[in-house]
Amino acid sequence: MTEALMREPSPGGRFGPYGGRFVPESLVPACIELEEAWAEAWAEPAFRRRLDELLSRYVGRPTPLTDCPRLSGVLGVEVSLKREDLTHTGSHKINNVLGQALLAERMGKRRLIAETGAGQHGVATATAAALLGLECVVFMGEVDVARQALNVFRMELLGARVVPVTSGSRTLKDAVNEALRDWVATVETTHYCIGTVMGPHPYPYLVRQLQRVVGDEARAQYLERHGRDPEVVVACIGGGSNAAGTFAGFVDTDAQLVGVEAAGGAAIGNGIPGVVHGMRSRFLQDEAGQVLEAESISAGLDYPGIGPEHAFLAEAGRARYPSVADGEVIEAFRLLAEHEGIIPALEPAHALAWVARAARSGELAAGTRVLVTLSGRGDKDVAQVKEMLS
Amino acid sequence: MTVDVPARPEAQGRLEAALRAARAAGRKLLVPYVTGGLGDDWVDVLRACADAGADAVEVGIPFSDPVMDGPTIQAASQRALEAGTTPRSVLAGIAESAVDVPVAVMTYYNLVERAGTRRMAEELARSGVAGAILPDLPLEEAGAWAADADAAGVETVLLAAPTTPPARLERLCGRSRGFLYAIGLLGVTGERDALAASALEMARRCKAVTDLPVLVGVGVSDADQARAVCAVADGVIVGSALVRRLLGGEGPAGAARFVGELRAALDAAGTA
Repeated sequence: MTEALMREPSPGGRFGPYGGRFVPESLVPACIELEEAWAEAWAEPAFRRRLDELLSRYVGRPTPLTDCPRLSGVLGVEVSLKREDLTHTGSHKINNVLGQALLAERMGKRRLIAETGAGQHGVATATAAALLGLECVVFMGEVDVARQALNVFRMELLGARVVPVTSGSRTLKDAVNEALRDWVATVETTHYCIGTVMGPHPYPYLVRQLQRVVGDEARAQYLERHGRDPEVVVACIGGGSNAAGTFAGFVDTDAQLVGVEAAGGAAIGNGIPGVVHGMRSRFLQDEAGQVLEAESISAGLDYPGIGPEHAFLAEAGRARYPSVADGEVIEAFRLLAEHEGIIPALEPAHALAWVARAARSGELAAGTRVLVTLSGRGDKDVAQVKEMLS
Repeated sequence: MTVDVPARPEAQGRLEAALRAARAAGRKLLVPYVTGGLGDDWVDVLRACADAGADAVEVGIPFSDPVMDGPTIQAASQRALEAGTTPRSVLAGIAESAVDVPVAVMTYYNLVERAGTRRMAEELARSGVAGAILPDLPLEEAGAWAADADAAGVETVLLAAPTTPPARLERLCGRSRGFLYAIGLLGVTGERDALAASALEMARRCKAVTDLPVLVGVGVSDADQARAVCAVADGVIVGSALVRRLLGGEGPAGAARFVGELRAALDAAGTA
């Protein structure tokens, strides 16, 4: 059964009952065009070569696998980190964005739009746009603009226009709405560079494939160094792109796959099947189907839904999706900084928080070999954490 | 899990029959849009639209994340939701209104999915709703809903966009019931200073391939624009321009006045 998971989705972009393409008619032809362009490009050696070259010479791949002896000593489990924090722009987002920017160029679309929460995807998109000479507009909730001011300035330095979104909860969910509205009006000249494994087909599949470099590299590196696979593979989940990329590398091993959600945005834990933002997945919503606001200390995880393939992996029992509270996250953030000299972003601090909890409770037996994807670096969060700790 | 879209039923529904009859009588068709639950008097607004000469009325069931809607209808949806509006309260209002023109609801698919397609279709029918417009449910995904809607006697109106290629347009026309909703421009709902050239082009393209009533909506903002698009189209849907007046507190009297203006302009065009 496991070998059939995380391959191509079934026709129409289904992962079991999840996925699909629920978009306004205006966007259907663009989704079909993207699906075709993607299939063609991904099968083409020249396209893959160009992407691989950018990933190595511009992004700095492969990123290292770092073993964590001091942290492991404290927790009693053997922790290794896949270091996406060391990529150019400081998070895994760049892997996806470069692939999509090349696709946009190939389709003749010279304008990129993107949604962003913490700002990492926005920065990555602005970076790719600058690199390829494309126009870039980033939609960001007004609340996030305020709490991630530094990333807003970064995007502007990179030549992007940042549009604060004032509708709804003024966070990531509303930034997606606004990006979709822009796309409805500009679809003929614009590519919507979605930042995670969500949205209408082919996005969840395409983004997972562009992020699987994380899992594929990690698996080879881990095997080479440790002579076997990790027993547990952990990644944080907002929409779920770093987790999807990581899991794709390990889905056919015996490793347990664990996606860690923020307690205030637990779409698997507390969500209900629904259709929002172009896909059938699980969402925080009320009895009538109105979408609820996610809330956590991490702007990047403040999304009330989750990628459809994760909803399917949960249902199939191949991955599980616990959640952690803000307090545990801050503790894990400090733990890694103090014991390994690495300041993580608040998003992957969620993954570390679960490892710490599970190690202490005995859920992870002493000596368990754990791989954690450190999806981004914590520079952007330092000011926020300072405020919380003072 | 994906359900094939069933063939369009032979029998015409109430909405389509009413619109065809009006068209046959030489009328240009007018369908105003009202956000359900916007203001305590929204049911009276609905009645006022019907009385002022609407051929059908589109009632929005507000959704938290309306991606096809611009600022005006977003604001109206948010205000209605904050006032406690639910799909059930909107349907109760439609039933209570007892208007004698057909009512079509416009909403987003998550509300349907949450209720269950069959239950929602039956509740619409019980509330006297004739048609449903679900802008984020494209043809390929419409199978489960269309089967239940057909069974309940609710006509599913499909939308065609300026980006819809010719072969796909024919498929949409072949499955739409009630009328064909021709999106007048690339963009979300909202008023525009001038009628987009694409509105007439869409009307032409759609009229060339279907005998269904073709109504142009999105970006039809005033009487002049309505009259201009009806040179080709069978009718218009006017939403944001009316909802802006309602947000401004104009109420049933304002709705009657504005719908009356649109009616007069279309009647002048129809006989011209």
